[in-house]
This record gives sequence, structure tokens and C-alpha cells, in this order.
Amino acid sequence: MEKILRLIKTFLLWELLQGLAVTLRHLFAPAITVQYPEEKTPLSPRFRGLHAQMRYDDGEERCIACKLCEAVCPAMAITIESAEREDGSRRTTRYDIDLNKCIYCGFCEEACPVDAIVQTPIFEYHGEKQSDLYYTKPMLLAIGDRYRDDILRCKAADAKYR
Amino acid sequence: MLEIEIDGKKTTVAPGSTVMDAARALGVHIPHFCYHKKLSIAASCRMCLVEVEKAPKPLPACATPVTAGMVVKTHSNAAVTAQKGVMEFLLINHPLDCPICDQGGECHLQDIAVGYGAGESRYREEKRIVPNKDLGPLITTEMTRCIHCSRCVRFTEEVAGYQELGLAHRGEHSEVMPFLGKTVNSEISGNVIDLCPVGALTSKPFRYTVRAWELSRRKSIAPHDGLGSNLIVQVKNHKVMRVLPLENEAINECWLSDRDRFSYEALNSASRATKPQVKKDGQWIETDWQSALELVAGKLKDTVAAHGRDSVAALATPNSTVEELFMLRKLMAGLGVEQVETRLRAADFRLHTAGATWLGQSIAELAQSDAVLVIGSNIRKEQPLLAQRLRQSAKRGMKLSVLNPARYDLLAPLAGELIVRPDQMVEALLTVLKAACEAAGKTAPAHIDLSSIEVCDASRSIAATLTAHSAILLGNLAAHHPRYAELHAAAAALAELSGAKLGVMSEAANTVGAQLIGAETSGNLFASPKKALILLNAEVQFDCHNATEALAAVRAADFVVALNPFADGVKDYADVILPVAPFTETSGTFVNMEGRAQSFNGVVRPLGETRPAWKVLRVLGNVLGFNGFDYESSEAIRDEALAGDIAPRLSNALKAPVAVKAQAASGLVRLGEVPLYQLDALTRRAPALQATADAAEPALRANAATLAGLSLKAGDSACAAQAGGKALLCVREDTTLPDGVIHIAGSHPLTTGLGGLFAPVTVERAG
Repeated sequence: MEKILRLIKTFLLWELLQGLAVTLRHLFAPAITVQYPEEKTPLSPRFRGLHAQMRYDDGEERCIACKLCEAVCPAMAITIESAEREDGSRRTTRYDIDLNKCIYCGFCEEACPVDAIVQTPIFEYHGEKQSDLYYTKPMLLAIGDRYRDDILRCKAADAKYR
Repeated sequence: MLEIEIDGKKTTVAPGSTVMDAARALGVHIPHFCYHKKLSIAASCRMCLVEVEKAPKPLPACATPVTAGMVVKTHSNAAVTAQKGVMEFLLINHPLDCPICDQGGECHLQDIAVGYGAGESRYREEKRIVPNKDLGPLITTEMTRCIHCSRCVRFTEEVAGYQELGLAHRGEHSEVMPFLGKTVNSEISGNVIDLCPVGALTSKPFRYTVRAWELSRRKSIAPHDGLGSNLIVQVKNHKVMRVLPLENEAINECWLSDRDRFSYEALNSASRATKPQVKKDGQWIETDWQSALELVAGKLKDTVAAHGRDSVAALATPNSTVEELFMLRKLMAGLGVEQVETRLRAADFRLHTAGATWLGQSIAELAQSDAVLVIGSNIRKEQPLLAQRLRQSAKRGMKLSVLNPARYDLLAPLAGELIVRPDQMVEALLTVLKAACEAAGKTAPAHIDLSSIEVCDASRSIAATLTAHSAILLGNLAAHHPRYAELHAAAAALAELSGAKLGVMSEAANTVGAQLIGAETSGNLFASPKKALILLNAEVQFDCHNATEALAAVRAADFVVALNPFADGVKDYADVILPVAPFTETSGTFVNMEGRAQSFNGVVRPLGETRPAWKVLRVLGNVLGFNGFDYESSEAIRDEALAGDIAPRLSNALKAPVAVKAQAASGLVRLGEVPLYQLDALTRRAPALQATADAAEPALRANAATLAGLSLKAGDSACAAQAGGKALLCVREDTTLPDGVIHIAGSHPLTTGLGGLFAPVTVERAG
């Protein structure tokens, strides 16, 4: 009996019709495709994207050159040089992150005692050459200045889980 | 011996030792801050509290003497609770600024807080803030971080010899501070940086540059004084970032002089030469090694061929390594040239000893002497750490006496003191010799004429201190003296008579090594004009006894090749500059004053196209086509240069007697000391050292009577003149000087116009 049934299904192309039925159903269902870059998927406030250096409200850079991020970085992507600034404070003279090396683990942000280095929700950046992804201190500070509000909103949203 | 048990381990210790000593001997670690093995016991931090059976309360291990049958528990509940309690109190006022603290990563408080500190502070009140103090150009302060262990205070008082820091006020208000308006000026002050267990005292030149964990630690040997202190050179990315002491009980103990500690700044100075340079028509042109060496080789060969072997000479500073000097001597021998000289600041070449002049014994043995007579040495400035050792010995009862041309403050109790004009030092030494002869009922050797000598009480008392177990030391002021041979001969006779050991405190790191390989000729190279000169590490205007004479000689020479790490010092008179590596960039060997050969490796890559001098000289030998210039390592050179045992080749005994006769002195005489931080090319270029009080501009110093005789007063400017040149200087009164002595430091840009360091001088008011 089973053999006969299978024979009939084979000749009627039953499984093909089953498959086409799925196609037919989805033809009339609403589309789920996100039209990137016009449309975007939602992003967690905890997303670890491009790095930024932050400033205090009065414009003073936060980084104090403690070099904990450099020490904790598992990919050795951070290079810091420090010196005493004219006003006697401890500051970086060089703060570079090589994004080719970075593995976006977020340890630098966690290690930072003054919340100077942060990872932003920005993931849309590129470089045409390898050296384009070598970010220096002015670049990182500029990112922090430009996306300050976005960054602060994300950090505030994530704060209660930390 | 007492039997005691610590954490279940039994040991026997000498009576009078403390629980801390016993624990250290057993290898049991007791946390501590104020305890330091070289300092007195303060027991002020209370971190080393331990539980002792039958004691009602925990006791501080550092201040508790052991008793027989004592049972100590260092990690019991009671001990750990006490230690944690102390830690909480220490952290109450300590700021949480580890991220910007230079001590971060090598901080005792940080380390011990990990083991004994609580995760969170229970202290909610305001923390104490203490204003920072100015301790001079070498040490920065963050006094809020101070935990009042008083190590720095005890160091300046007990080791440096002069209390420059004190603990003022009481309790909550106590503060470590210098005396009002004063800074810390000791020549070994940098050690308080190492001693400070927190970040209250840190290094000023090193401030905020790198973290402890970024640095590699590499061993080396100090290239300055004759002690040969062992160093840890800390390096990042082939740059020397700082220098720390490497503990060696036989040499520098756990200390380091400021000169050894801070001279590294010169290694990164902008005046380093990085490429060979040739002077063409008065212009300096950078070139490559091959053409520079071919030019040098050709010139040297031509000069020897045209003017004879006596027309060429080589000068090297005595802090060049054994390998460099050996290769220089070999190269010169290849050219047929005999004249290689390292005694650049010497003026008297009559002395011939049976071997290389040295300390006569080991540094540790010297410290155990019953009495020491120091002749012609501002020992604190010449050999800072040896002075520290002698100070400790003098405090323990060693009879220390001095024969000096100025009343230098040794910061140690003195048994006798003879302060005379520089040109009367031989005569003063003869009075001691005569006193010793009279006391022993013997006569002096025939070559020493004591007939016109009158013995004074001071010389009698000095002679009386000298016994079989004592030492007579000759310092730099003696070695640079125009009658050094007579001083040495008289000192040798005095040593012979009293049974004391004669020692020479060598001026530079490799003075003994230079003698061992014979890098010395028999006279003043400048006496006859030279056509070609090779200068190894030497800047003749600063490194020679008579700056004017030396400058005239190098300017008169047709061809001067300078092998030097720095270009600026030799540019005036050199024709070719070959950039050679300083001690951190080459391997080499220094033989210190006790005859100990210490080899070291390069700790960083040579800067730019700089090359180690021994390699440069080897290739120069190859270019000249000499045989035997195929060494592949500095070790091979060293093994050949220092083949065999060094000890039998050290001797202060005279080979031939030197006639010693009293001479009358009159008029004004110069006392030309080489200042502490002008000793060699490195110290002269270290900015922090140059900012210290010891590096102040040389002045024309004399005592009040001498100044009155010249109708000068302090603050005037005066012109000092010697055979050959003049210098315009500020006048200062100096009560430490005898009558008729004009103290004008040598080896300084202001005084390069003058002549001999101990020659007669005339002074007149300027303007």
C-alpha cells in the first residue's frame, strides 16, 4: 500500500508542489529584508564598534596616560607615549589604535579608570589602505566630539547593567 | 645562638637579631614598609605585626629582638587581622591616584594592598592633602601619597650623612619636608626614590614617561667613577629610560650615586652624532663609514710616512672600555706609534709603579680598616659611594683623617685634618711621614729628604692613627697634582713605615684597565707638536689637565680624528668625527679601582649609524691592511687584552725611587677641582644633573684674607690669568680654603681659557 502511495506522489511531483506552496505563501507575506543603508537593524547600546576618546564637559581630555588600556590590550593594538604637560598634568603625547589589529574585545574601555577610551556604536568605517585604519589621538578625540551625544546615550542605557 | 620557630620552621639566629632578620634568613615574607636592611629601625609603619606566642598583643617583627624558644606566626589569623587593620589605616589618607602615579606597577603599597587591603574603603570623611615640596631637579614629590615610613629621612641622616629631610609636626599633621628654603643636594640623593615605598618621591627626569611594566631590565656597569657600580638599565624601544642600582654588596651595596643614576639622559641628547662627518673647507659633511675610514687610514699612513712615528698620538679618556683601548693601542702599534695616553688630567708623569695603581685591597676590606688617611680627594664628589662606605666605617669607629687643599665636608667624624695650599701638599705629607718616623724611631728612605720638615701636632696625631690595619688613599686631586709622583712616593714610604696599605682611588671607570693594557705613554703628549691626533671619547678642552695647552695642540695638528658619541664638543678642532657608541650601546669591560674586571653587554641598539668603537678601530685596522684585526666579538678582545690573572699585575709599589724634597711656595695658586658633574662627556650633557647645586657655574673662590689681599669682595667679577689664558669669573668667599688658594674649577666651558689645574694664578679686578 505504501509503495503505491509513494509511486503516485512521485508521478504527481507532490514534493515539488509542496515546495512551490512555500514560495507562493511567501510571495504574499510581508518582506523582512532590511534595505541597508537606507534602513538599519536595531543595535544594542552595548555594541562595541569604532573607538573614541572622550572629553570632560569643560573640554579637557579625559585620558591621563595611565597606560592600563595599552597593558590590557590582548592584540597589542594600542600605543601610548606620555609626558608631563606644561600645567604639570600627566597626558599622552601619542595615543594610537591600530584597528587592523584590534579585536574589539572592549577590554580597553573596561580598564579605563576615567572613561576616556570608549567603543562607539559606529561600525560603518573603512579604509582603502591598511594605514587608513591606524587611528591617532586627534582622530579619536574628533570621533568622541562628533558622536558625543550618541555615545553618552548608549553608555547611559547600558550603565544599569554594569 | 638562639633557637626560634617561625611559621613552624625552626632556625637558630644570633642574639640581638630581630624577628624580621630571622624571617628573611628563613625566606618567610613579612609585609613591611619602613623596615630597610641598610637603615635603622623605625617601627613606624606597623605593617610587620606578627603573632608571638605568650605575647598579649601582636608585635612588630622589625623591632622585636628574638628570644630563646620564641614561636612566631606571621600568617596566623591574629597576625593577618592586625596586618589588615594597619593596611586599612595606611589607606585612609592615601589618594587613589594610582593611574597617574609613577610608582604604579612597582609600588609596595599597591602590592601589599592586593594581599591585605579591603576591596572597599570604610572611610567616608575627607582625606588629608599635603602640599608638595621642592626637593631640587632630581626628585619630584607628591606628599599626599606619603605614608610616613621615614625611610628617606633616615637615609639622608644615616647614609648620606647630613639630614636634609625631616618629619615635621605630629600625628595626622606630620609631613616629610626639607629644611625651609632648602632642597636635597646630596650627591647620592636619588636613592630616596628607590627607598620610597609609595609614589611620594619619584624621579623628576623620568616623570610620567613610561610605566614600570613596559621596561626591560638589563644589566650594565656605571661608566663614571672608579667604583664600577652595577646598574640595571631600563629600556623601552631601544631607548634608555632610566637607571637603577643592581645590588652588589661588594661594590655599590644597594645604592647608586646621582651621577650614575641620572647621566643616562645624555644618551638621548640631541648632540649625539649619528653619522660619520668630515670637515671640508670648513663645512661639516655627512658621509658613509667606508669613505670616512679610508680617509682616516690614508691620512694616518701619510702622516707617519711624511713626519715620522712621533708626529702621531692617540688620546683616550679613562672611561673607554678595555676593548676600545686595547684596539686603539694595537692600531697605533700597527702604525709604529707608541704614544697612547689615558692620563689626560695628570700633570706629573715621573711615577713608575710595578703594576697598575689600584686601591690596594678590595672595597669591602677597605671599609673594615682601623684607620684611613685620604690624601688629596674631595671624596664625596669624586667617589660618592666610597665616601658613603667610609662614612659608615668612621661612624663605627674607624679613624678617618684627611690631607686636602680645602676643608671639604666629609659628613663624617674626622680623627685628623691637614688643610694646606695645593702646592704644599707634598710638604704636609712629609710632616706626617716625619712624625711617623719619629714615633717609630726609624729613618725615611734616602730618596725622601725630611731635613727641612717641621712636625706639627696635627701630623703627629694623623701619624699615630696609622697602624698595620689601616689604609692611605690617594684621590683625584693628588693624581692631577703637578707633584703627584712625590705625593705617591711619600705616601708609599708612609705606608711602608706604618704597615698601612697604600691605595689609589682611580678617577674613572677604567683607569685601572687602561694601565693593565699599557694604554699610557711616558709623558705629556702635548710637549712636542703633533701632526695627527686620534681622540677616543676625549673632548680635550674638558678632559685635559691644561685646557689651553691641549686646545692649542689639537688646533695646531694637521689632522684630528675624533671617535666620540657626541659631535658638538669636538667640532671646533676635529677634521673627522666618527660616531662611536657610549657604554649602553656596546659590549665592553671596565676594571674598577679594586682590580675587578666587569664585562657588560650593550643594552640598546646603537643610535643611527653609530658603531661600537672597538669595531670601528678593528675595521680601521683592516682598511690599513694590518694583521691580527679579525676579532669577531668584544669577548675575544677582552680575553686577549686581560689574559691571565689580574691580581698579580696590580701594584702601587714604586719601580724606581722618586726624589722627594720640600719646596717653598708663595703667591696665589689655583685649586682646579673637576666638578662632580663635569667628569665626562655623559655627565656634562645630562640636563637634570646640570641643574643641580653641584653643577653651579664655577666661581673664583678664596677665603676672606686672600680676597682682602686682592682688594676683592664676594660678588665682584674678577679676571683670573694663568700662563696661556684668562677667564672672567664671579668672586665668592669660601671659608674652607687656606690662604693664597684660588679655587677655580676645571673642565667647564667658563674655565677652558685657563692653564694647569694646580698652577700659579694671578687675579685682578675686572672692569
